[in-house]
Amino acid sequence: MNRLAQVGLYVVFAVFVGYFSIAPPYRYSDPGLATLKLSFSHAADRVTECVKLTPQQINERALRGEPLNECERERLPLTVELEVDGARVLHRVAAPSGLWNDGPASVYERIAVEPGRHTITARLRDTARTQGWDYEYSKTVDVVAGRYFTVTFRAETGGFAYR
Amino acid sequence: MESIKRAMARAYLRCEAVFEFAFGQRNNPFVSLGALGWYFYWIVAASGVYLYIFFDTGITDAYASVEYITHDQWYAAGIMRSLHRYASDALVIVVVLHIFREFAFDRLRGRRFFAWLTGVPLLAFIYICGISGYWLVWDQLAQYIAVATTEWLDTLPLFGEPIANNFLNSTTLGGRFFTLMVLIHIFGPLFMLLLMWVHIQRHSHARVNPPRQLAIGTMVALLVLSLVFPAVSQAPADLDAVPTTLGFDWFYLVLYPLLDVIPGGMLWLYLAAGFFLLAILPWAPPAKRVPAAAVNLENCNGCTRCFDDCPFGAITMVPRSDSQAYDAEPVVNANQCTSCGICAGACPTSTPFRRAGPLQPGIDLPHRGIAALRDELVATPAAGGAGPKVIVFACDASDADALADTGASVIRLPCVGMLPPSFIDFALARRHADGVMIAGCTEGDCQHRLGNEWTNERMARRRDPYLRRRVNARRLLLSWLPRGSRRRRRALAEFRATLAELDDE
Repeated sequence: MNRLAQVGLYVVFAVFVGYFSIAPPYRYSDPGLATLKLSFSHAADRVTECVKLTPQQINERALRGEPLNECERERLPLTVELEVDGARVLHRVAAPSGLWNDGPASVYERIAVEPGRHTITARLRDTARTQGWDYEYSKTVDVVAGRYFTVTFRAETGGFAYR
Repeated sequence: MESIKRAMARAYLRCEAVFEFAFGQRNNPFVSLGALGWYFYWIVAASGVYLYIFFDTGITDAYASVEYITHDQWYAAGIMRSLHRYASDALVIVVVLHIFREFAFDRLRGRRFFAWLTGVPLLAFIYICGISGYWLVWDQLAQYIAVATTEWLDTLPLFGEPIANNFLNSTTLGGRFFTLMVLIHIFGPLFMLLLMWVHIQRHSHARVNPPRQLAIGTMVALLVLSLVFPAVSQAPADLDAVPTTLGFDWFYLVLYPLLDVIPGGMLWLYLAAGFFLLAILPWAPPAKRVPAAAVNLENCNGCTRCFDDCPFGAITMVPRSDSQAYDAEPVVNANQCTSCGICAGACPTSTPFRRAGPLQPGIDLPHRGIAALRDELVATPAAGGAGPKVIVFACDASDADALADTGASVIRLPCVGMLPPSFIDFALARRHADGVMIAGCTEGDCQHRLGNEWTNERMARRRDPYLRRRVNARRLLLSWLPRGSRRRRRALAEFRATLAELDDE
């Protein structure tokens, strides 16, 4: 046994633990950039429209305890686009969730942008249409370096919201 | 695979030689990695209980309470916080070293798979507990971990809505996830303790405490580190601000930066594949099947010494099944027996002096019996030629081949614990040797866990079966050294010189 060597090895151990518990630092994002965050969940239209039942059919179904509508479960994918000053920075087609593709589709993206004044346009398609958009929102905003700018969507409150 | 193990074992042996120079064999941290893991766990648990007294579990007040712990009560809770962090980091270090060492020294295959397999989920639990702990500070690092972890979890098809939405901005922040993390950080370690208990279930006399001197030294090192370099929080979390440069605990968060370059789903896949590969290592390739120890009831009086000495709990004592007037008999669980022979070495009937009938102990290895051991000993040339004659009883893990050209007769055993002390007496009394050397693994690091410890105690006449009093202790050398050590030859030469002096007296 060598006491001096022991002390030396304990010091190496302590320095190793102490250093790697906090260093070297990890750079997560560029402090000179802002970050756009787009996040929402939304259920698109069904792939096939529900069959319209007559009042009599509805009554009969109610008596038998059956569902009061007749719909295929599968939903359409969502298409979402994001533009900054007219330049497209995101185009994504999000598949519906669930084993039967019958749940809402989710979108979550982080995009780094230069800070300053920008016109941000968000578009969403949740129907079977192939041209145009079901929701579109555009606004000129100031984004700040080192801060998040969030874009969310709720159909119930009219569509996209910026913060 | 074998060449990888050999290369790793060489690296370990070199490193361990440095530590042995400083700490000696028994206090060498490398032979107590598992016990140190337990030790760090208890430090983390005890300091965590103390911190919980002052910690506010609400997301809005957590940061302030941690600041109070760190600064206002730096002399107690602050030190506890630092100990909590540094012992957790040390836990990762010893566990990783423990895993690689058990692999390098091939202590995972065959009937020893159980400890390895149960250790794999333990590794995952260490990380779950550690990462959830960083979350609770609710500083910028915690914010990063919260966002990165939930984004990563969202790549699994488990959640209807992205759970990262909980941390979208300061208006969406809720306490739900934070409370979940508090619960995980409390119940995770409890479940981990249960797994640790399962992990050592097939080890009898499991060492869960490091040697006292090592424990004190390690604690002092952690305390000094806590005082000199106390753990502090980073800036408070602000979900509207992007964390930029973060002080990072690389022991726990090493995988997170990979999320910048590898898609989260792919990283889950790599992680699952890594854990799967780790779990199947005991069967890569499968170990050669060696017959388990067998009980010979005719010569067994149910003394329980084999039961007491088995390092892997492979022997149980059950009520006697034959007509002999003894209470119990041993039963060997072949699925747990590693065929080390320590049970045969403990059996009082394993005596080479026996003359009536064939030598058949109450418990023995079918493929390497005690009778064959006596035959091998008797077949060695008699002592009395030029210079003292030495018989070396060497375990398979001791690289005793290196002694082949020294003129000593080397008799190999699966483990030196298989050698009944009466064989030393027999070898010396019957003039088969002038001296006996027992060459085994490093002290506290027996390949079969307890072989050298039991041998030490038997030869010191502290454990049954005892070495007879008439044996001159100076004619016996217990040599506990790492495999491949050149010191073994030197020890043998010095032993010969001692024997020559004895013969001259």
